[in-house]
Amino acid sequence: MKPIRLWLLLSAFLALAACGNSNDAGQSSSVLNRGLVTEPETLDVHKARSLQAAAVQRDIGEGLVGYSASGELAAAAAERWEVSDDGLIYTFHLRRDARWSNGDSVTAGHFVFAVQRLVDPATAAFYAQFLSDVAEIEAVDDHTLRVELKRVTPYLLKLLTHPATFPVHPGSLAEHGDSFARPGRLLSNGAYVLAEWIPGSVLILTRNEHYWNNENTAIDEVRHHIITQETTELARYRTGEIDITDSVPPDSFPQVKKELGDQLHVSPQLNIYYYGYNLTQPPFRDSPELRQALSMAIDREQLVEKVMGRGETAAYSWVPPGVDNYTPTVFSYASLTQEERNKIAQSLYREAGYSEEQPLQLELRYNTNDTHRRVAVAVQSMWREVLGAEVTLINEEFQVLLANMRARQVTQVFRASWIGDYNDAHTFLSILQSDNEANTPGYSNAEYDALMRQAAEQTDLDRRRLYLEEAERVMLADHPAIPIYFYVSKHLVSPQVEGWRDNVLDYHYSQHLSLKAAE
Amino acid sequence: MLRYTLLRLLGAIPTLLLVIVLAFLMVHAAPGGPFDDERALPAEVAEKIEEAYHLDEPLPQQFMRYLSGLVRGDLGPSYGYRDRTVDEVIGFGFPVSLQLGALAMLLALVVGVGCGTVAALRQDSLLDRAVMAFAMTGISIPVFVVAPVLVLLLAVKLQWLPAGWSGETGAARYFLPVITLALPQIAYIARLTRASMIDVLSSDFIRTARAQGLGTKAIIRHHALKPAMLPVLSYMGPAIAAILTGSVVVEEVFGIPGLGQFFVRAALNRDYTLVLGIVIFYAALIILLNLIVDILYGVIDPRVRQR
Repeated sequence: MKPIRLWLLLSAFLALAACGNSNDAGQSSSVLNRGLVTEPETLDVHKARSLQAAAVQRDIGEGLVGYSASGELAAAAAERWEVSDDGLIYTFHLRRDARWSNGDSVTAGHFVFAVQRLVDPATAAFYAQFLSDVAEIEAVDDHTLRVELKRVTPYLLKLLTHPATFPVHPGSLAEHGDSFARPGRLLSNGAYVLAEWIPGSVLILTRNEHYWNNENTAIDEVRHHIITQETTELARYRTGEIDITDSVPPDSFPQVKKELGDQLHVSPQLNIYYYGYNLTQPPFRDSPELRQALSMAIDREQLVEKVMGRGETAAYSWVPPGVDNYTPTVFSYASLTQEERNKIAQSLYREAGYSEEQPLQLELRYNTNDTHRRVAVAVQSMWREVLGAEVTLINEEFQVLLANMRARQVTQVFRASWIGDYNDAHTFLSILQSDNEANTPGYSNAEYDALMRQAAEQTDLDRRRLYLEEAERVMLADHPAIPIYFYVSKHLVSPQVEGWRDNVLDYHYSQHLSLKAAE
Repeated sequence: MLRYTLLRLLGAIPTLLLVIVLAFLMVHAAPGGPFDDERALPAEVAEKIEEAYHLDEPLPQQFMRYLSGLVRGDLGPSYGYRDRTVDEVIGFGFPVSLQLGALAMLLALVVGVGCGTVAALRQDSLLDRAVMAFAMTGISIPVFVVAPVLVLLLAVKLQWLPAGWSGETGAARYFLPVITLALPQIAYIARLTRASMIDVLSSDFIRTARAQGLGTKAIIRHHALKPAMLPVLSYMGPAIAAILTGSVVVEEVFGIPGLGQFFVRAALNRDYTLVLGIVIFYAALIILLNLIVDILYGVIDPRVRQR
């Protein structure tokens, strides 16, 4: 073959590509392109569990209550509500103009139907116990919903913003069965409708003409692009293919901060990164001194600045700062300098029976990930330098680590994290109650459990808060785990996007955003 | 020929069965279940899920259930996508991968054979050395290095091409992935072609053709190309396998919804059925493609047919 012909072929290829590009230019409606680091497993509100599924669900669905752009509770499908004096009965008044995307009214019965499906074991919903505080839910009439609680649940309204509590259209479920949540079938009561879903690629949402607040929804089409590689997402942001990224790659962070600093949004999140102890086995079972020594010997400031360096904050409490109506209790040693902490840590270490001749030998497990590895390496060297402990690092596949954590046989210290489901201290503190399934260290303290129970009985928010804060203090003194740092959300937001507000929940409804008119 | 084809097809069945058994056992031996999460499931719900997916049954029973589904072409529900079946996911991903792979293969053949032939004709010239240097580089640099460099250069800096896939409609989105995927194959095929062409060009029948006064162009086209293609053809089997595995990386880097990307995600998410389904699908595909290459070999080379 002659080289000439090769060039012909290649240029034909190029010409084809050029045509393709020009097709894109003719869009008149506004399109918002957002990145999504993992693909939603489904948009069925009862079967989904990932944050990414929830992010899309908040665009296409709506609960009784929602959030404003800046993260304050706001009326959504319910326009107002009343709470009984004892705090046990909530009466919600639904909007008369709340509609499904096929024009049907959203009724109180649809909410009742959805909750029944949520708690039905046959549904096998991941959030089946999400509303376990609710005793009864009843449709008084089409537009009035009565929710009776078993106990006072000050965070009920926050629960009701979660997609697991969104309504489901009974007719659609009857017609399509369990595959009702597919594009073309899924009826939405939110600002957008799921128009298309190309697996592994993109979810395309278009305006829901029947949405009660459609007039105030600026963007016509939202595309959630599934981009699992953070570096790819960054490249696509730089080329203008993506307007809002879901994350920023750790290695590129300093460069991004320098070059795109004004477009970078870093904001505290309700999310804790911690090391758990296995409290059911030696050496940690009976040695609070050792647990405290290890916790104190970690120079968290150094860690967040030098190892992380993306705006994370050092954790000296279990509940992150920024939680509503709560002041996290911090470790008593938080006010000391790191040298002072190290001295105390060394004496605690000796008290626990370890020394230079008899150093602590320890396995630290983390799930395979570059950030986790860097943190573990730093902690390993801090423990060696301050205490002389000999730490072996073991990285495992996430599911393997999880299985080991649960079995509590081989684990000693393990990496874990917890993301708040709602903006309340309870979502963090409850996981360390002895009967909680997410209590990975196996922490069990009767006093802590009692305080948590008492907190749950309080109708007065200030009294409740005191019980919760006291519970946290009791728990921290036991050192069942080492809080290391609090996460931050990291997004790149194009200057074209308006209406973006950083908030601790990291919820950014597309309906609150708009795009500047293209020049 | 028909008998040969049928025999080869039958011979593939035990191989495939072995792949199925091994894959099934390995996937189930991996610790951790498909529905594990930091957020533990209530016991009642976990039970319901295991029941729904028959994970509560003993392994042999699960295997027989899987096999009987497989015979009917049913690869079961995906554990990762909670309302899709494995058949559907493969149905989505395979056409995309096929398109990508076919384009890359075509590009690799056209450019590789072209470059190799030119290099052979100008043996030891500057052009020859340049082509071979390029080929050596193409073989040595792994796909996961080439891809980001091309993206940085052609998409981010020059803004000629899109850096990703989703939401793009034109043919432009094929460029970077196809080139990335084809590059090592171009290099390999160019080297193969050059070596084999040099060999063929020095053989007696070419000398005879030259003696009859035929021009270089005619000699290459009518006499040299076909025999020179034999090593390239037998390389097609491995090349297709390489493109399939290469596409796993390329699809991941460019965010292309092909089978390779689904495979990686499924493995990470412990989506048993999807991993299994794709492994079996790939195995069957590679067996089939190798068979086709063998048959083509007979078509192009009469010596094989006579044996």
